[in-house]
Amino acid sequence: MNAHRPRPVEGKILGPGVKLMLVLWAAASVVILFRFFLGLGATTAMNDGYPWGLWIAFDVVVGTGLASGGYAMALLVFVFNKGRYHPLVRPALLTSLLGYSIAGIAVVFDVGRWWNLWRVPVMPWEWNGTSVLLEVALCIMAYVAVLALEISPAVLERWREEGKTARAELARAWLPRIEKALPLIVALGILLPTMHQSSIGALLLVAGTKLHGLWHTGLLPLLFLLTAFGMGYAVIYFESIFSSVAFGRAMETRLLARLGVVVAAVLLAFVVVRFGGILAAGRMGLVFTSGHLTFFFLLETALFLLAAWLFLQQHTHATPATQLQAALLALGGGALYRIDTFLTAYSPGNGWSYFPSVGEIVVTLGLVATETVLYVTIVKKFPILAGVTVGATRPEPAGLEQGAT
Amino acid sequence: MTVTRRTALKTLAAAGAAAAVAPGAAEARVVRKPSDEDYGLLVDVALCVGCRACMTKCREANGLKPDVQEIGGVPYDAPLDMNGQTLTVIKRFDEDGASGFVKAQCMHCAHPSCVSVCMLGALHKAEHGVVAYDVDRCVGCRYCQVGCPFNVPKFEWAKAVPKIVKCELCRHRYKDGKFAACAEACPREAVVFGKRGELLALARSRLAASPEAYQPKIYGEHDAGGTAVLYLSPVAFETVGLPALGKEPGPELSESIQHGIYQGFVAPVVLLGALSFVTWRNHKKVSGEEER
Repeated sequence: MNAHRPRPVEGKILGPGVKLMLVLWAAASVVILFRFFLGLGATTAMNDGYPWGLWIAFDVVVGTGLASGGYAMALLVFVFNKGRYHPLVRPALLTSLLGYSIAGIAVVFDVGRWWNLWRVPVMPWEWNGTSVLLEVALCIMAYVAVLALEISPAVLERWREEGKTARAELARAWLPRIEKALPLIVALGILLPTMHQSSIGALLLVAGTKLHGLWHTGLLPLLFLLTAFGMGYAVIYFESIFSSVAFGRAMETRLLARLGVVVAAVLLAFVVVRFGGILAAGRMGLVFTSGHLTFFFLLETALFLLAAWLFLQQHTHATPATQLQAALLALGGGALYRIDTFLTAYSPGNGWSYFPSVGEIVVTLGLVATETVLYVTIVKKFPILAGVTVGATRPEPAGLEQGAT
Repeated sequence: MTVTRRTALKTLAAAGAAAAVAPGAAEARVVRKPSDEDYGLLVDVALCVGCRACMTKCREANGLKPDVQEIGGVPYDAPLDMNGQTLTVIKRFDEDGASGFVKAQCMHCAHPSCVSVCMLGALHKAEHGVVAYDVDRCVGCRYCQVGCPFNVPKFEWAKAVPKIVKCELCRHRYKDGKFAACAEACPREAVVFGKRGELLALARSRLAASPEAYQPKIYGEHDAGGTAVLYLSPVAFETVGLPALGKEPGPELSESIQHGIYQGFVAPVVLLGALSFVTWRNHKKVSGEEER
């Protein structure tokens, strides 16, 4: 029983991995200094034809997709009442909170007049009701707050153990209140991502003349919602297996195996909806005649189908290694679809082109590094992960071929 | 277990149905139609000789520095396109034996994409239908650049304190009784400033006077929901850089889909209620009961 309770992992924070991350973080900080003092043109490859680059397409659009684990698991556990997946919820919420926060930071780097951002949430009389981006921005801001509330019991539970300190009192006072409000918090934690993950796709509805016909469709909101689920569930595999190997806790192979059908269903639904839209629009011809975009379209489709097929196979779920492969294919498919929609298949015409600058790539790596360090630090300090054996001598990391449960 | 799952599905389905029916009640989205009173320009590609007087005068009237490029040690103010310091540009076209010059600037759409997508209304329809920019409301997100089918709004990439730059039809000069500087400078009436109704009449009379000189269409009369800048051209409009956009305003698809989903915020509220209810029921059931 106790093994199923989330526990802090403990242990030293500053491992070699964390040191590498700090180097990346420092490099990114230098680029960001240049960005703020010299402008976006000096540090990025973005231009008037491609006003959105890597920071939006990857850090925000792919990043929040990867951070949809908390959303996907909350729906499964709290709405469809699959209590057995409960151990996967807290780590998923943590990666979601980190992913969305990082996306928020990327936005501050990316927008030209960042000092005006505060106006967005506090000046409702200036809100433009037709702006999809406004909805995305407000929704994401609200969702970060909701995620913080959803994960707060992990922090409060640790504080509660502290005896007579002020924050222990605070924890004892607030834990029951949050517990009581949980249904509403959870409901918000599902509603808000449903809104903004679909709206991230809707952002490009207006770019009908610029987005290629295989990607531009009225179904963009639904397709982005489906990729949020696909990436959200797949990332649970990645994170569960990663934290088992990294922290030497038991593998959750059997639990993850039962999730396979759900992931496969979502991935297949995506492919069906997408082809349905292309058929209905009479654009099947474009599948074969779009040059390099034909390649990317087919690659996306292949990744989705292969991942779905693997998730349905029993042998995939025999070992964490094969589960991880399937999950990585699904993540790759979802990420590629999102990058392609925002960059590869986006063409403003007039000979514009875009490939991210070294500075943009360094900043993105720095943000990913920051997220990883924060995750590792937090699971060591707070009760996030289940199956952690406290006090026992630390076992060697489990091998990936080992099919533990 | 199955019972609660069924409850979940049923509740969500009911909520979905309620949300789908509710929006029919009100159809409040405002699509702005072009007005005869809107200020605009008539650009007559057949008359333009490419003297670029409009570009020079535009810089002067809007206080924009020349975009100087040194070519072989000689400085030229010859931007290749509109940019952070160039609101209008003359481009050459050369296709199928026909060649000439065409002026590009903001089209001042009746129902513009840039205005539709702008978060805080930095880009907005001002007096006389001008698509105007209020820098104080701009966060520099550049969604306007993504949305504009004419690639008009430009960003000051080289500045640490940047803004969006676009033609505002010299609206700052109206109080002095002056109008668009480009039209004022044009020696051949290839660019004419006026009210849209008058410009349409002028365009029609030019078309009627020499139908052989023009494509039988006034670009912008209906294109993209109607624009206040109108074009006459001797060659296909795509040849002079004006895309085929159909008669719907640029934001039609995005606004109708977003509007359909978020009409009166009914769907989100209903969904929130349903989700809270299901979560609360499950929560009550599970507490105490051991998970499988």
